[in-house]
Amino acid sequence: MQASTSILSATAIDKIFPGARALDGVDFSLHRGEVHALLGENGAGKSTLVKCLTGAYRRDGGRILLDGADVDPQSTLEAQNLGIGTVYQEVNLLPNLTVAENLFLGRQPKRFGFIDSRDMNRRAKALLAEYDLDIDVTAELAAYSVAVQQVIAIARAVDLSGKVLILDEPTASLDAHEVAMLFRIVRRLKARGLGIIFITHFLEQVYDISDRITVLRNGKLVGTRATADLPRRDLIAMMLGRELVQEVAAEHGAKGEGGEVRFRFRNFGRKGHIQAFDLDVRRGEVVGIAGLLGSGRTETAEILFGAERADSGTAEADGRTLDLSSPRSAIREKFGFCPEDRKVDGIIGDLSVRENIALALQARRGWARPISRSEQDRLADDYIKALDIRTSDREKPIRLLSGGNQQKAILARWLATNPDFLILDEPTRGIDVGAHAEIIRLIEELCGKGMSLIVISSELEELVAYSSRVIVLRDRAHVAELVGNQVTTDGIVEAIAASAGKADA
Amino acid sequence: MSATLKAYAVRLFPQVAALAVILLMVSIAFPGFFRLEMQNGRLYGSLIDILNRGAPVALLAIGMTVVIATKGIDLSVGAVMAICGAVAAAAITSGHSLAMTLLITLGTGILCGLWNGILVAVLDIQPIIATLVLMVAGRGIAQLITEGAILTFNDAGLIFIGSGSLFGLPMPVVIWFAFGVIVALLVRRTALGMLIEALGVNRRAAMLSGVSTGVLLIAAYVLSGLCAALAGIIAAADIRGADANNAGLWLELDAILAVVVGGTSLLGGRFSIAASLIGALIIQSVNTGILLSGFPPEFNLIIKAAIIVLILVIQSPRAQSAFVFLSRARASEKKTAGEAK
Amino acid sequence: MKFKIALASATILAASMFSAASAADLTIGFSQIGSESGWRAAETTLTKQQAEKRGIDLKFADAQQKQENQIKALRSFIAQDVDAILIAPVVATGWDEVLQEAKDAEIPVILLDRTVDASKDLYLTAVTSDLVHEGNVAGKWLVDTVAGKPCNVVELQGTTGSSPAIDRKKGFEEALAGKDNLKIIRSQTGDFTRTKGKEVMESFLKAEDGGKNICALYAHNDDMAVGAIQAIKEAGLKPGKDILVVSIDAVPDIFQAMAAGEANATVELTPNMAGPALDALDAFLKDGKEPPKWIQTESKLYTQADDPQKVYEEKKGLGY
Repeated sequence: MQASTSILSATAIDKIFPGARALDGVDFSLHRGEVHALLGENGAGKSTLVKCLTGAYRRDGGRILLDGADVDPQSTLEAQNLGIGTVYQEVNLLPNLTVAENLFLGRQPKRFGFIDSRDMNRRAKALLAEYDLDIDVTAELAAYSVAVQQVIAIARAVDLSGKVLILDEPTASLDAHEVAMLFRIVRRLKARGLGIIFITHFLEQVYDISDRITVLRNGKLVGTRATADLPRRDLIAMMLGRELVQEVAAEHGAKGEGGEVRFRFRNFGRKGHIQAFDLDVRRGEVVGIAGLLGSGRTETAEILFGAERADSGTAEADGRTLDLSSPRSAIREKFGFCPEDRKVDGIIGDLSVRENIALALQARRGWARPISRSEQDRLADDYIKALDIRTSDREKPIRLLSGGNQQKAILARWLATNPDFLILDEPTRGIDVGAHAEIIRLIEELCGKGMSLIVISSELEELVAYSSRVIVLRDRAHVAELVGNQVTTDGIVEAIAASAGKADA
Repeated sequence: MSATLKAYAVRLFPQVAALAVILLMVSIAFPGFFRLEMQNGRLYGSLIDILNRGAPVALLAIGMTVVIATKGIDLSVGAVMAICGAVAAAAITSGHSLAMTLLITLGTGILCGLWNGILVAVLDIQPIIATLVLMVAGRGIAQLITEGAILTFNDAGLIFIGSGSLFGLPMPVVIWFAFGVIVALLVRRTALGMLIEALGVNRRAAMLSGVSTGVLLIAAYVLSGLCAALAGIIAAADIRGADANNAGLWLELDAILAVVVGGTSLLGGRFSIAASLIGALIIQSVNTGILLSGFPPEFNLIIKAAIIVLILVIQSPRAQSAFVFLSRARASEKKTAGEAK
Repeated sequence: MKFKIALASATILAASMFSAASAADLTIGFSQIGSESGWRAAETTLTKQQAEKRGIDLKFADAQQKQENQIKALRSFIAQDVDAILIAPVVATGWDEVLQEAKDAEIPVILLDRTVDASKDLYLTAVTSDLVHEGNVAGKWLVDTVAGKPCNVVELQGTTGSSPAIDRKKGFEEALAGKDNLKIIRSQTGDFTRTKGKEVMESFLKAEDGGKNICALYAHNDDMAVGAIQAIKEAGLKPGKDILVVSIDAVPDIFQAMAAGEANATVELTPNMAGPALDALDAFLKDGKEPPKWIQTESKLYTQADDPQKVYEEKKGLGY
């Protein structure tokens, strides 16, 4: 740990927000030519630290040394000029400009005072060639996939800054192949001597690419370790501050299979949306739904909840016909639905955590029977406690909460209605490890109380852990149902592959 | 209870402060401004004029607030005022009783709101376009009813609504104040307010949570139409005639401005009817102040625009955070000064 | 030169042709702006009446405030080969082409109520009121009525920047020039509407010691005066006595106010533009007599002595 190997070092960084200490004396150092993973649950202070380093926030205390010299960036632009570049999960480039324009925005090569497009395009092409990217630089950025846009953003950041590259959840929306491509580029940049800070939720990727790991928790530094010396279990323990319940013990077969069938869907479907299917769900049972993206997972959830009206088939509960013609009527039948896209379909961003939790219950009671304020307070406090929703108080707008806590609040919204049938669409996507484990525990708990659940997830281990049965979807149709000891990750993968083969034949 | 009262005071503070500053400015330009006296059994004075003249915009602002809270906008209210004024005049002159006239007129306003609401909620047309239809066509409809002329009437009951007085206050003031209180209670004492805010922030998420978004949307526009009908009756009763060409002309913009000055975001969500009503009074205070000050009329619009811009700048989030920053800096200065001792 | 001769011969030709025909067979097109005000509606009614009285077949086209509709209407009149065209132009510019077409078709065009920015050769004559003169008549009445006593006047202007507002203000001020007993103490726009007239008058009353400082009100149109009269009454004063009220336009409602003693005088902007226009046309077609390029309508003064109730009854049916 010589001083000369360190390109960026921050000592005793403090950041105080009204009512919360976001960073409390955090030390962090980045070496030349290393990939340094910055980990922690949501709300641990990762992004606050990054924002202090890039000048997006003013720190309230501490020093930042870049190449041994004190720096105090006042803005991201200044940080960029100093040599610190950042690439975010949502690419912050302009989709309606060309690739070349995006690369050279604000510093276009000029000729006689006019932008020299030809020179700009040539230089853009050369720049991207360093990243093995051979694309039409005169096309609009939006024409390319997120992965390509990500690479372009990296190319721009490195070209502008060139000392430190911060990657904030760059892989969240990429598939495995694209992640591999991105990592090839990261390794090459590392070899060129850049210091790279890598923020992610995916632990496999951390072990795949990083040299060292720094873990933050509740705004404090937990520790910095070499990746090779840190077993996964220990890492999780560092992040959660406790031993994780052995990756959610998978005790199989016992779950609800013996119970009587409570919900019975027959020939249920909607043309152009999801092919008609039969589905039985028992009391206290989790039925998993698996399939590739676009296979009809979300469509299945929407039709069960009435967000899209079924045009064929029947739905019954305990032999009684159900009206699922709209979410409103589904809720009246004691259905609940946590949608996949939390931000668009789930949270009411500007409203408080309290109001978000009370919303579905209030909507079911109708406008003329308001839940009194004290009742709402009690409801919110109960669920904030029961689900361990991290928020400074219940009146905080929900958009200010981290993803995992938003997800818990939406779960609370449905639990408050005391549902018999709960549909969860990707309940653990994009949330941190701790909340992840808690939600899985919660699913099993609800199931134990006799609730019937449908859970859609692309995390197969997770599905296997809590589902008694798994429905496999392909091309907007239910193609297989795995029961008992067929419910394994291999079994699901095989079922998806097999049905794919059938479809091809 | 005191906590909610305090939250209320914090919410309304910028509007009340702006209103106070403007009233003070006017009183400097015109010393007799705060003088009130009883005359013919009603209060008489410039302050009463502000309350009275502000009635149409205040009423429109009530409905507009709710519509804007749903992330919508209602451009048609000025034209609906003209229609309803014309309907009221036509009904009363053709011999209907006062009660019947009011019923027909309010019904017309509700019908106009229903039309807007159905375009927005059922046909999913953008509110600005949907209500533009009636904004353009409405004045034509009103002209058809009055046949292009000012339709005058002499019915004492209808005139009373425009220029009579109750509890020592002009009727229009009593009407907008009472209606404002009723609507504010209706939305806050029931769950309507919260459901409307949820709908305004995220319509799809609200729908998926079981909120009847369609019905609520239509109801918001119906309320706006009803407010416009009341405003139209008052405007017509005030001049004892329905002026299809000028009644409510451009008032939709004043109503939107009142809501914005009241601090409700055009992006929908959180709303406050009380703040919008104060916003309407701010606008009317500026208007009345200009008239009292005796400036040449060429300056009217410039002065009005300058004051409104000033208010909006002071209310902008950036300026607000600057205030917070400054006050905190001062507080910490005081603190360090105290510690130094 | 050549053109002038051609024109002259054409005129003679046209005159000789029409002199043979009697007025009863005339077909005349009338392009009206729309029905945006009561006065406009009365103008339409009176034009129709005047045509009927003379046995003229009047083809009426309502342009709904759009110049393109008026141009279309004119082209259609030309295509129908009418004997003359009356037009109340919605705007001042953009008429050259269509007026030239009418001229080429030898159809005389008479402008009603407003003028256009086009060569005077392109139309026969324009029948309009003189806005400055109207203001002048109102001012003279006030000067004569107060007869040297000191008098503070408040003025309700029309829409700021509009030509009636500018000209009626100018004419009134000209009449008051040199009369030191009369002083305009407040002047604000009431946008030509009753509502604003009432609102602005309320503020005048407050600003001038509850109205005790005000001796007379001059309003640029009757509608504002009607609104202001209500404001004066609500302030506990007697309009027409405590405060003299003089305005312009002579719409029916002001006669009702005069009959009730609440208004004192109004200057008529006659909606009968068609009468003088058709008289001039008749003379032109029969005898080939070229009318002057501008025919000024009479700006008649009405006071409480002119049996306002009777005038009201007459005017009521005109569609005001």
